[in-house]
Amino acid sequence: MSNIPDDVRYTETHEWVRRDGDRFTIGLTDHAQSEMGEIVMVELPEIDSQAARGEALGALEAVKTAEDFYSALDGTVAEVNTQLEASPDLINEDPYGKGWLVVVRGSDPSHFDSLMTAEQYASFIGE
Amino acid sequence: MDKRTSLYDRHVALNAQIQPFAGYLMPIRYTTVVKEHMAVREGVGAFDLSHMGEFRLRGSDSTAFLDFILTNDADVENGQAFYSAMCYPDGGIVDDLIVYRISRDEYLMVVNASNIEKDWAWVTSHVQNMDVELTNESDDTTLVAVQGPLSQQVAAGLTDADLDSLGYYHHLSGVFAGREALIARTGYTGEDGFEVYVRNEDGLAVWDAVMEAGREHGIVPIGLGARDTLRLEVGYPLYGNDIDHSITPIEAKLGWVVKLKTDKDFIGREVLARQKEDKPARLLIGMDVLGKGFPRHGTELFDGDRKIGIVTSGSLAPALGHGVCLGLVERGFHKLETEFEAEVRGRRLTVAVTKVPFYKDGSRR
Repeated sequence: MSNIPDDVRYTETHEWVRRDGDRFTIGLTDHAQSEMGEIVMVELPEIDSQAARGEALGALEAVKTAEDFYSALDGTVAEVNTQLEASPDLINEDPYGKGWLVVVRGSDPSHFDSLMTAEQYASFIGE
Repeated sequence: MDKRTSLYDRHVALNAQIQPFAGYLMPIRYTTVVKEHMAVREGVGAFDLSHMGEFRLRGSDSTAFLDFILTNDADVENGQAFYSAMCYPDGGIVDDLIVYRISRDEYLMVVNASNIEKDWAWVTSHVQNMDVELTNESDDTTLVAVQGPLSQQVAAGLTDADLDSLGYYHHLSGVFAGREALIARTGYTGEDGFEVYVRNEDGLAVWDAVMEAGREHGIVPIGLGARDTLRLEVGYPLYGNDIDHSITPIEAKLGWVVKLKTDKDFIGREVLARQKEDKPARLLIGMDVLGKGFPRHGTELFDGDRKIGIVTSGSLAPALGHGVCLGLVERGFHKLETEFEAEVRGRRLTVAVTKVPFYKDGSRR
């Protein structure tokens, strides 16, 4: 049973998104980090680069597999979690807290409203 | 039903992530691969390698038999060990293995876990009229490895054997943690360390003694995940990834264990001699990844639009902070510092040919 907090929204590509005005923090869900296994390297986007809904923002390399992670909305990259350079396993340890990936300043808040709720995501992953 | 080693309960108690491997339920990791990897590089770690295969060979023709089925010279000193390839007549590799010479007429062959049945069938099928007796001790043997710069400090307290004068690739039969053991200074990590072979009934006693003696040195249990990153970081091939029936030891840069200078007649000799003479068309080389990310087994290598090779093993090198890989490339692209590209998830990573070991500060004697 993975952790699915209800103070965030979810994407079909297993990111969570937390809203704070026009700033949207994106991370990887507990379900996804558990499936991927130990993450050893993270590729994060450049600050001020463009984020586009549904397009890859960066990549996560685990010991056994690698996956891109995606932006849930259009906007600009405002902040990236530089702690992940030295400690990529924060994503595994604390996926909704210290393991956050990117903050996007969103240009269209309706993108957020169309994301799945915790309940919908739980169904989506069959839990 | 997957088998369990004699140490299974310890792995469960330590909360290891346990997965089937080569027919055994094995600990893949206890904490994280990176933490376990660095513990071996900087301190000391303990491994359960009981899944490996052990074949005991006895008889007056033991040396001649091994000289026939192995590419390397079997006539080493008693108490010495050697690494070798074992080849098919077409030069492809059946397995890579370590052999310990115990006495004039007795050897212990240690083979890859994933190849036990295949190797046993291969080896026994070649006995014919020779005076050799083979026993498969794989299911009865527990193997505990202690690896890392602090290994001798941990092991010395558990045996009266003189470990200081036990050189690399040497071994002795003695008492370890009060149990009969073959104590070898061998390993698959690039660090100083020991591999201790005991009977299953002595397994727990040895493991517990090692973990207790290692406590003051910060000993850490190490899973198969870190075993793989450790060996790759020093450029050691893994059967099934880097070497198999489709590659020869000449192509795999293992020519140093292929004794062509003597006139010993071993299986595959003709093909290997010719290949060495003609120079192989492809070679297994090491590559550093320049930049982020790392390729994996099966990643294709390109020079512009032309595919020139394939990655056989790839990973992050935790002690170096960047990706490294082994791969097979066309002759011509094998020279040091040659750069080309690996295509990973539709993007190109630049890699550069480099000398192995990637990690050069190992404590291995």
